[in-house]
Amino acid sequence: MKCLQVVETAYRATLEEQDDPVVWICHAMKGAGADLGVLLRSGAVNYAVTGQDPSGLAFGDWAQKHPPDLQGDLRALMEKRVPVYLVMEDAMERGLDPETLLEGIQLLSWSEVPALMEDYDQVWHW
Amino acid sequence: MNSNLTLTFSLMDPPYENARSTTAFRLIEAALRKGFHVNVFAYEGAVALPFLQQRAHANAVHGRDVEQEEHPLPHQWVQSLMRLAEEKGLQLQWVNCGLCVDERGVDQAVSGVRRGTPGDLWQFAQQSVNTLIIPAS
Repeated sequence: MKCLQVVETAYRATLEEQDDPVVWICHAMKGAGADLGVLLRSGAVNYAVTGQDPSGLAFGDWAQKHPPDLQGDLRALMEKRVPVYLVMEDAMERGLDPETLLEGIQLLSWSEVPALMEDYDQVWHW
Repeated sequence: MNSNLTLTFSLMDPPYENARSTTAFRLIEAALRKGFHVNVFAYEGAVALPFLQQRAHANAVHGRDVEQEEHPLPHQWVQSLMRLAEEKGLQLQWVNCGLCVDERGVDQAVSGVRRGTPGDLWQFAQQSVNTLIIPAS
């Protein structure tokens, strides 16, 4: 079974979790044998922007040692042969420069999304 | 309805935060009443839904004591759905994401809930006719 994971909700507790929970569960399910693809839409397209640096979180004498590395987690997914797609219009609306996006991510227009979904048995929308 | 069919639900919202949780429980009940086996994978805050330490309280604004208020407790909803499944001879499997339980310290769940991993969600999905993701936002 092939399953497309559509990520819409962005930056949900990423500092507390030190990752994105949907990207994380994709890694975990891939490890369990899942055949997955990931589509970033809405605010989640920002996960593909390179150079993000959320380090430096500190409260009193507590300092975060392992801040989230969202682009690194996406890169690692692609290295596991999980294709990652991104809705181009959502990136353009947010003023994201395609040159700053993670290499290997496949940019799609909304009109191409239905055909992408046709390639999968199930679509899970997070 | 073919009682061999199974539906999987993945829940993500914690209790007492969002109407999506109530809607999810209603969908699960509807699925059971229509003869489906149901799998639930509770992820993130949803692992607190079957947490046994939830306590009912009085409500002074309502002018009711604790017995009169009968405050809803999601863990009792889970128990009730478990009973409904048993009465109908159906399976209701509920798996809590173990790491999510540890993060929140909600390891006392109602009977029938077990600890698991995202691998369980993938297995559930493969055994099911369809899977509904109900994410937090």
